[in-house]
Amino acid sequence: MKTVKVGLGTCGISAGGEKVYQAFQDELKEHPDAFVLKETGCIGMCYREVLVEVSNGSGTGYTYGEVTPDRVGRIVEDDLLGHQAIDEWIVGGDTEEGYFENQKRIVLRNCGVIDPGSIDEYIASGGYEALKKTLTEMTPEDVITEVETSGLRGRGGGGFPTGTKWKFTRGAKGDKKYIICNADEGDPGAFMDRSILEGDPSAVLEGMAIAGYAVGADEAYVYCRAEYPKAIARLRQAIAQAKKKGFLGDKIFGSDFSFNIKIKEGAGAFVCGEETALIHSIEGLRGMPRFRPPFPAQSGLWGKPTNINNVETFANVPWIILNGGSAYAAFGTENSKGTKVFAMAGKIRRSGLVEVPMGISINDIIFDICGGIIDDKRFKAVQMGGPSGGCIPAEMCDTKIDYQQINKTGAIMGSGGLVVMDETTCMVDVAKFFLTFTQSESCGKCTFCRIGTKRMLEILERICDGQGTMEDLANLEELSNQIIEASLCGLGQTAPNPVLTTLKYFRHEYEAHIKEKKCPAHVCPALLTYTINDDCTGCTVCAKACPTDAITGEKKELHVVHQDKCIKCGKCFTVCRFDAVVKD
Amino acid sequence: MSSATKDNFKSFNIDLWKYDGQKGALIPLLQSAQDTYGYISEKAIDYISHVTGIASADIYGVVTFYAQFRTKPLGKYVVKVCNGTACHVNGAKMISDTIIDELNIDYEETSEDHNFSMLSVACVGCCSLAPVVVVNDETYGRLTAPKLRKILRQYKQRAKKEQQSSEGQA
Repeated sequence: MKTVKVGLGTCGISAGGEKVYQAFQDELKEHPDAFVLKETGCIGMCYREVLVEVSNGSGTGYTYGEVTPDRVGRIVEDDLLGHQAIDEWIVGGDTEEGYFENQKRIVLRNCGVIDPGSIDEYIASGGYEALKKTLTEMTPEDVITEVETSGLRGRGGGGFPTGTKWKFTRGAKGDKKYIICNADEGDPGAFMDRSILEGDPSAVLEGMAIAGYAVGADEAYVYCRAEYPKAIARLRQAIAQAKKKGFLGDKIFGSDFSFNIKIKEGAGAFVCGEETALIHSIEGLRGMPRFRPPFPAQSGLWGKPTNINNVETFANVPWIILNGGSAYAAFGTENSKGTKVFAMAGKIRRSGLVEVPMGISINDIIFDICGGIIDDKRFKAVQMGGPSGGCIPAEMCDTKIDYQQINKTGAIMGSGGLVVMDETTCMVDVAKFFLTFTQSESCGKCTFCRIGTKRMLEILERICDGQGTMEDLANLEELSNQIIEASLCGLGQTAPNPVLTTLKYFRHEYEAHIKEKKCPAHVCPALLTYTINDDCTGCTVCAKACPTDAITGEKKELHVVHQDKCIKCGKCFTVCRFDAVVKD
Repeated sequence: MSSATKDNFKSFNIDLWKYDGQKGALIPLLQSAQDTYGYISEKAIDYISHVTGIASADIYGVVTFYAQFRTKPLGKYVVKVCNGTACHVNGAKMISDTIIDELNIDYEETSEDHNFSMLSVACVGCCSLAPVVVVNDETYGRLTAPKLRKILRQYKQRAKKEQQSSEGQA
């Protein structure tokens, strides 16, 4: 009998996955023996959601893309009952050329493959074998050595060697130690941690338990964004199932090792991605960072030694234990081993999640794996590392995915958000966007971060409004350096990066805003001119919407914008149903 | 806090909040208060202060620090505009402009009839569908201004109908 798996990650659900699932369920009532219905997480091909995988008893299969409830009837009729696959709906072949071939899936090995709600499927794919091996065959020191050999570095953005971090916590004095999994993925444009938690929650839990054994901790927290309800539900389910099976709880696998995991829901503060702020938040306080040292490894949660790693870091651990650190280190470059998951978004054809071996170039990811730019527009830049990162111009995208190489460009590896920008993206606007974000997320503790980012934002707003001066650019650079110098935590220290990198590589765009009062990408509203083209039907909606009566025209005849009266509010553009209002 | 105030707290269901004196419970307590009442009222703050012994001022400090907590109730339909990077470069501004125009509310505002609130969220995590709006639990992606207007008008009609039927019942 064939198995039907519907992709129900957040992206799948957003695209209508639950309705598709429901439609299959309805069909199942009529043909109860036609197929087995299951759900799975995100396989990464968000651009083809809703995805439905059909496989036969031996596990071979294919996937239908862009499935709608209307299409379910034909899939059941032709394929599941008639055994005739519907080729034109199948994902793969030429349209997906290079997508999977160029990836190496370690972290995402189970995502979109197994049912994340079933621990049995996780076990069947080798799950909890690594924990068993750890507890029955290895000493804590062995585990740490293995992770050190793998060269795994913190995937949350910092890139600190994971084995070294574990060693510090192991070496710290204390009767009680904690493990924390940082799942407070607050970087706008990054969603790999969410997909991992939704698609393979048990792998993260197993990684945490292995870390617990290595550092000598018996209690752990997953600090997860409340905005990820599905991920939290999956984690709760996976914890309950693991406890039942004896993989979590007391005396695991008959050893003396006990380990319990609790979930803490974050309450929406980007700064809580910083480890000391995160600890304060778990303690029920305002999530504000503190001075380090002491590092959490010495004094963390409730003053006890605490080891904090990110979701993706933990998800790597079971694979490393099972396959050996050197097998992991075989991928990548000298300083950056293994693989990295990237969340691809922006003006790119195949957006979604990809996992690549370190050392391949940014261009390889964008063009070979993700199919290049939408509508074949001109590729301008890629933003890496979110609000803490920077924009790398297209000319430099032969840069290799490697912590050092990327740092050299002024961006950072970050947690893995990769937003692709084309000629229609204004770089000043992008810098302003990120600064708006960091400004509102600054916790307010350090003066330079609190007020400095505000002043920088005002300058950027001025430039976007066409009121900037060349002196503003010098001020931006000066303020940036002061904020980096005088901020306590990563948020402030990196907040100016988007501005500094765009100033470095796209200074001409800033100058165009200031000197020519033009936004080359036609984005900044104040620098645009609105006109109406021949598509106008004369419906009069824009004329009625215009707050300054700048649009005139008879009913059913072409309308005109009078530039002397236009305040560039853009209202006509948003109300027009015929795409007749053009901005330039 | 006096025992007189304690009586005022009868309407709060303490079981719901699962507090048994454990450390660091303030944020989960606030979260369940908001889940139950839709927002954190002054009364809820006083109550939590009463139960935990944390000063009301400290609790208020925590409430206002985190973006998740609200001190005012939201409208019946909450329109969340995704302002993640992908949505931003794909026209989130056009989305919010359209909502402001159609519903007459800006970010963090609730319409006078309490039918609509508009919020900004930093990435709902379906970047491939950008630009995205979430109304209550329903996600709408790949939006254009006309498409969004149509959706909002449907909600307006729905709210109107619901109002009429509840008035009819009353």
